[in-house]
Amino acid sequence: MAAVLLIGSVMKFAIALFSAAHAPSSRRALLFAQAALASGHEIVRLFFYQDGVYNAASSVVTPQDEQDLPQQWRAFVSDNRLDGVVCIAAALRRGVLNDEEAQRYQRSAVSVEAPWALSGLGQLHDAIQDADRLICFGGA
Amino acid sequence: MAKSLLLISRQAPWSGPGAREALDIVLAGGAFDLPIGLLFLDDGVFQLTSGQNAKAVQQKDLSANLQALPMFGVEDLFLCAASAAERGIATDALALGEVKVLTAPDIAALIDRYDQVITL
Repeated sequence: MAAVLLIGSVMKFAIALFSAAHAPSSRRALLFAQAALASGHEIVRLFFYQDGVYNAASSVVTPQDEQDLPQQWRAFVSDNRLDGVVCIAAALRRGVLNDEEAQRYQRSAVSVEAPWALSGLGQLHDAIQDADRLICFGGA
Repeated sequence: MAKSLLLISRQAPWSGPGAREALDIVLAGGAFDLPIGLLFLDDGVFQLTSGQNAKAVQQKDLSANLQALPMFGVEDLFLCAASAAERGIATDALALGEVKVLTAPDIAALIDRYDQVITL
């Protein structure tokens, strides 16, 4: 009976993050995502836009006595095999590049690696259509 | 049926890339033929003032992108009357023609009509 109730109430979430890695809203986004999975819900996609792209940057160095949010996101997405998408236009504008884009624009700094994928805003709309709920963090 | 999305744009056009990036979500949604609305709220109403001089602040003009909205099939455009009044913006001379001016109760009903909402 309990299992039936659980199945009946499973939600598909799309999570959009708009704030930088040091913002409290970015930490809340990760806590929400962790709680959603822990409660048996599904995350169809994480989409990082605007300053949210910094959460995917492997170049962020956090002081030792502070939470390393980009590292925590990386582990969370990898461990749960989630679909983590970083908006390519927002990332390029902020110098957050993967290997492919760094080569394309002849830049030496690469700061986005797996499990993140750089892609377009269509991925946000696609996730919104697929999900029961869109949950946004760090907007204006 | 496709889920509808309301984008609430709250940033002035020259306060950073926020307004442009909010608009890009709307244009992308329009390109995919999704039911999408755009509400200009708070400082977002500055995006619709006419006679802006983007070059004077070394920026690219956002109004050309706003004019593209109908071409992308986005026709549900709204403006918060109170936000415009607070900032001394006359709603009869906006940079965009087909904008519906809404009161606070109208806006509450508008948000309620959409499946999903993004505020930027």
